[in-house]
Amino acid sequence: MSGHSTFDPKNPALKWFEARLPILGLAHSSFVAYPTPKNLNYWWTFGAILSMMLGVQIITGIVLVMHYTPHVDMAFNSVEHIMRDVNYGWLIRYMHANGASMFFIAVYVHIFRGVYYGSYKDPREVLWILGVVIFLLMMATGFMGYVLPWGQMSLWGAIVITNLFSAIPFVGEAVTTWLWGGFAVDNPTLNRFFSLHYLLPFMIAGVVGLHVWALHVSGQNNPTGVEVKSSSDTVPFTPYATVKDAFGMVCFLIFFAWFLFYVPNYLGHADNYIPANPLSTPAHIVPEWYFLPFYAILRAIPDKLGGVIAMFAAIVVLFFLPWLDTSKVRSARYRPLYRQFFWVLLAVCLGLGYIGAMPPEGWYIVIGRLLTAYYFLHFLVILPLLGFIEKPLPLPASITEAVLAKNGAAKPAVGA
Amino acid sequence: MATPSVVEPTRRDFLYIATGAVAAVGGAAAVWPFIAQMNPDASTLALASTDVNIGAIAEGSAITIKWRGKPVFIRHRTPKEIEDAKAVPMADLIDQDARNPNLTGDNTQATDAHRAAEGKENWIIMIGTCTHLGCVPIGQSGNFGGWFCPCHGSHYDTAGRIRQGPAPENLHIPPYQFTNDTTIRIG
Amino acid sequence: MSAKTRPMTSVSALLKAAVIAVATFAVTAPALAAGPAHTPHREDWSWSGPFGHFDRGQLQRGFKVYREVCASCHGIKLVAFRNLMEDGGPEFSEGQIRLLASEYQVQDGPDESGEMFDRPGRLSDRFPSPFPNEQAARAAQGGAYPPDLSLIAKARTYTRGFWLSLLDLVTQYQEHGADYLHAVLVGYGQPVPADAHAQPGLHYNPYFPGGWIAMPNPLSDGQVEYTDGTPATVDQYSRDVTAFLAWTAEPHLEARKQLGFVVFIFLFVFAGLLYFTKKKVWSNVAH
Repeated sequence: MSGHSTFDPKNPALKWFEARLPILGLAHSSFVAYPTPKNLNYWWTFGAILSMMLGVQIITGIVLVMHYTPHVDMAFNSVEHIMRDVNYGWLIRYMHANGASMFFIAVYVHIFRGVYYGSYKDPREVLWILGVVIFLLMMATGFMGYVLPWGQMSLWGAIVITNLFSAIPFVGEAVTTWLWGGFAVDNPTLNRFFSLHYLLPFMIAGVVGLHVWALHVSGQNNPTGVEVKSSSDTVPFTPYATVKDAFGMVCFLIFFAWFLFYVPNYLGHADNYIPANPLSTPAHIVPEWYFLPFYAILRAIPDKLGGVIAMFAAIVVLFFLPWLDTSKVRSARYRPLYRQFFWVLLAVCLGLGYIGAMPPEGWYIVIGRLLTAYYFLHFLVILPLLGFIEKPLPLPASITEAVLAKNGAAKPAVGA
Repeated sequence: MATPSVVEPTRRDFLYIATGAVAAVGGAAAVWPFIAQMNPDASTLALASTDVNIGAIAEGSAITIKWRGKPVFIRHRTPKEIEDAKAVPMADLIDQDARNPNLTGDNTQATDAHRAAEGKENWIIMIGTCTHLGCVPIGQSGNFGGWFCPCHGSHYDTAGRIRQGPAPENLHIPPYQFTNDTTIRIG
Repeated sequence: MSAKTRPMTSVSALLKAAVIAVATFAVTAPALAAGPAHTPHREDWSWSGPFGHFDRGQLQRGFKVYREVCASCHGIKLVAFRNLMEDGGPEFSEGQIRLLASEYQVQDGPDESGEMFDRPGRLSDRFPSPFPNEQAARAAQGGAYPPDLSLIAKARTYTRGFWLSLLDLVTQYQEHGADYLHAVLVGYGQPVPADAHAQPGLHYNPYFPGGWIAMPNPLSDGQVEYTDGTPATVDQYSRDVTAFLAWTAEPHLEARKQLGFVVFIFLFVFAGLLYFTKKKVWSNVAH
């Protein structure tokens, strides 16, 4: 695994430069010669897709800032100015707004891929934890970005979410006042959210750098979950992974373009086209879709502080996933019981998202509580026990063996 | 590996070149909106014209108004200023072009008649930014009794023509027209 | 593969149960959320779908209805006069719009003496609003606030439930705001249900959330003169003004859909080429 950089420039100028700053060698060993397990499926292209989406969000965001005004009296109209007057402003703004959703879709796929194939297990715990940190930063960025157009949902979303902190005992009120910079969500709040919304993506980019670094130390996991044993298990990153990632990215762009050009407001809220009015709350406040499962958990607990704790715990529990999963086998392919619980967890998360979008009344409350209970049950009880109860299927000796078995013996079978 | 057939590499090369070419075209096209967005937007372009009432400007005085974010000098010249400007021979001018988009003929020499308002030679209307590096010149000062730019010492005469200093061109004249005797529309 | 199929069956059974559970709620959801308001009917709008575009004549008629009926109370302050002659909109001629703009008085200033003054509108001006601010509007309208209509077609919607929303994503249907506006405009004059207690100063309209709206029925047959032979009916007025407001809410809709088509063709070609390139690159590696 180590020492795979064979980069040796022939050009004397490059040689001179490389001796002083070996950045080309670093790029070569990271993105050209880097050995990639040859059995990676398309779920593994979402890492590249996420890098692309981070780039799209940063570029479109910087451009939007050239035309946006972070002031409560002008923010709404400056966004409309972008939509109406700025050259291609509508395109860039819709790219940014829908790009955020695409980013979250991709990150959820990426997370569930890691969960299915056990990518968080030894020796990739730090890699996984850095991923959860990125996810948290994304949530903060997405939330503050949604405040910036200063429509009704922007304002009331900001009010509801910042009020979560008022649940903290003793200092809650002081904390919210500090967050707001006043006695309500107002101009100082908008200004600081704007500042932080601009800052956080660069922090995400920094943590992504660490995430990729950690990935390149441990090497990629793969669908079998069996570590790379020899060079016959891998192919060089370029051209093999590069071209596969490129195909995955373009397919994802097709999906993105569907929203961007034809249903650009589908994932937004109509109320956010009404300018913010601190005197009147919209009838039905809902966060952006990517927060809905957590919103459902928040509402499932009939206690203010308890709800907030449960919501944050739902994310914090992910940090401990590498140790909560006691099984030695990584991939769900060879874990017949875990595989079922994986699908149940996925359904529960989708169900929580659905409940989060519904008004908190009647059966929705009951279902929301059951699903919330199951979510924690999965991580805190089922997962630790499974490692002891489950009898895993026999593992292939190596990636090469698994590939040979798939292509040779089971020729007519459906490919994984 | 076995030697590839003769057809194989050409077909493969064509595929790679086609894919690369499409990627390059797509990349270039995707960059364009991000460049175009920095051009003046539709609302800026629409702010093309402004009406100015000049009825209250006495002879020998001037006003400065803002048009497209820039100062525009509107000066009611004295007969002496007009005489001085007319007396300058063409050969003495650094820039012999009138820099006046309102001229219709082929002759764009920087004569006083081509600098002043057509048929109203007591009015001169110019964009008040020095053609050197964009400072605003001071009126009725400098070596030629016209305008003087304090930033780098450019001297303009009473028709706003560059006579001395680093500026390369005469003060530019905006497009304008008299809508009646006391109102001009700039832009 | 065969070894994996057995556990899959119980998984699919669980999933099926989950799907049924979700579906049950999806169906009951609108009934819970809708309250007294009726769900607007889905209309057939010319600008919906991937190749949708506005009907110029309809936008011009819609502007006439807006100007003669709505404009006395509702502004369109985000729209500039010049927009009415730009591509993808009503596309009036420049002469028509210069004349139109000059009929409006726009506040400008301060002048030499420091006073604000009114002057005739220019192409670059935005439509002046009928009231200087919300308080003035409420004072003049007995407490009700006629909202600005620039974005109204995107700022209003109705829920169709989970599955129909998914269908809208696939069929690219985004015109819920337009459906709602049309439903409200033609929704007056219906019999008031016995259990609805009338509220003084409000008008019954089952498509308005809550059922009682401050705006009196604004349209009547023959109210606005059409010169192109289009029937001068409330239904037609409503459709035309709705189209106009859909355009004011999304003035670059046509450009967006046209660019989208080009981008889609490009992406499909590119994806196809990449697919074959990928196959070629991987052809000598078992994976």
